[in-house]
Amino acid sequence: MSLPQDFMGRIGYLLSMYGESFLIGAGKTMIIALVGTLIGCLIGFAVGIVQTIPVSKEDHIVKRILLWVIKLILNIYVEVFRGTPMMAQAMFIYFGASAIFHYNMSTWFAAFFIVSINTGAYMSETVRGGILSIDPGQTEGAMAIGMTHVQTMMNVILPQALRNIMPQIGNNLIINIKDTCVLSIIGVVELFYTTKGVAGALYTDFEAFTIAMVIYFILTFTCSRILRFWESKLDGPDNYDLATTDTLAHTSGMYRYPDTRKGEDA
Amino acid sequence: MSDGNILEIHHLSKTFGKNVVLRDIDFSVKPKDVTCIIGASGSGKSTLLRCVNLLETPTSGQILYHGADITDRKMNAPAYRAKVGMVFQNFNLFSNMTVLDNCMVGQVKVLKKDKAEARKNAMMFLEKVDMAPYINAKPRQLSGGQKQRVAIARALAMEPELLLFDEPTSALDPQMVGEVLSVMRALAKEGLTMIIVTHEMAFARDVSSHVVFMADGVIVEEGKPEQIFEAPRNQRTQEFLSRFRQG
Repeated sequence: MSLPQDFMGRIGYLLSMYGESFLIGAGKTMIIALVGTLIGCLIGFAVGIVQTIPVSKEDHIVKRILLWVIKLILNIYVEVFRGTPMMAQAMFIYFGASAIFHYNMSTWFAAFFIVSINTGAYMSETVRGGILSIDPGQTEGAMAIGMTHVQTMMNVILPQALRNIMPQIGNNLIINIKDTCVLSIIGVVELFYTTKGVAGALYTDFEAFTIAMVIYFILTFTCSRILRFWESKLDGPDNYDLATTDTLAHTSGMYRYPDTRKGEDA
Repeated sequence: MSDGNILEIHHLSKTFGKNVVLRDIDFSVKPKDVTCIIGASGSGKSTLLRCVNLLETPTSGQILYHGADITDRKMNAPAYRAKVGMVFQNFNLFSNMTVLDNCMVGQVKVLKKDKAEARKNAMMFLEKVDMAPYINAKPRQLSGGQKQRVAIARALAMEPELLLFDEPTSALDPQMVGEVLSVMRALAKEGLTMIIVTHEMAFARDVSSHVVFMADGVIVEEGKPEQIFEAPRNQRTQEFLSRFRQG
């Protein structure tokens, strides 16, 4: 079977010949993006939480100096990894590890490491913003019933901060799905690398990258819809049940906020 | 010195930068006292209350809680705050929790009660403030008066020895003011020790056992409510109360 002349025919041909390669490439892209985003979020939360530890003049001098040093190191981390391209970081880390530490990391490990650490740098600022966005009154409310800083963070602030930064986590996931393509430079066989191979084998750049475009879009769009759904689940129901034994009182579903029925009965 | 006083404040001062907010404050609270702090906005009432709960660190002076100085750095502030409740002007409920969880979280996490006991206790206080039917609601689904009543139940659920109110009705409309004040009246009747910063003069006169009038960061006059409201001795107290006394 030779290469068809028309566009759709060529696409069909590529899919039948290399469909499996495309799927494997897309799978690898997704795995790198998901794992990288997940670990990046964990790094981001750790850094963001440390960055928002309150320091007061009454604290012990050792604690203050220690916190200052840790916060300085974290700031350098964030600024360096936000301020340089991931493609350059990939080269720098992958070849730097073997040149300086004589450690030849696998391309897989390099991929996870680079995406995670990059996402972590962005997420830490997002988490810091999320924590600062929670009304300080709630912190005072928690302090007033005797909660410690850690208890306040775990029970009151972080659950709300997480909800507020969900859109940004989604953003990062989608950016990561797309940006894994820069890892092709160190030889990670993800979707972009696969596509380049297919395109080069048959001189079908346009057709191959059309397929890649569609796959990338399906991946990102699906993820963004799933995250939206998850967000609405996190918000919980708009209604609440009145816990009452009075049979004359309104019970389930009669009170809702915001009142979405307005306009219907009015 | 501390003859049964829960709280004694000696020479308390607080400055924010160059701005002196509290100057040489002295007063004490006995069990079952209902102390109302009145005065114009900016006179330092709220700052005083926040110092008592260590939400602000006093610049100088002592706050003795059963004779122990809580401004001492070695004092465990969270443990102290667990015994001294506070109700805020803006409610400060936890928006990620239901009404019931708001009243349980402190008992479970701070007092380490088991959940069943905490729930029972929370329900008792929510019934007291008439909010028991709303246990499944989130704070954003409640009116201001309802939120404040939940905030009071949250503070009560910790079974504090002393409860502080920082202008609890200032963010509410007149009807909601009524529902919150009636809850507070009931608490006063039960003998709960309270310090209340308020602009509700009629309420202060009826409920308090002791009234403190503050102006420009100092206590100008203090005494029994009858004396402060009917026969204020200081000229500034007279001026401040003149509108209320005419009405």
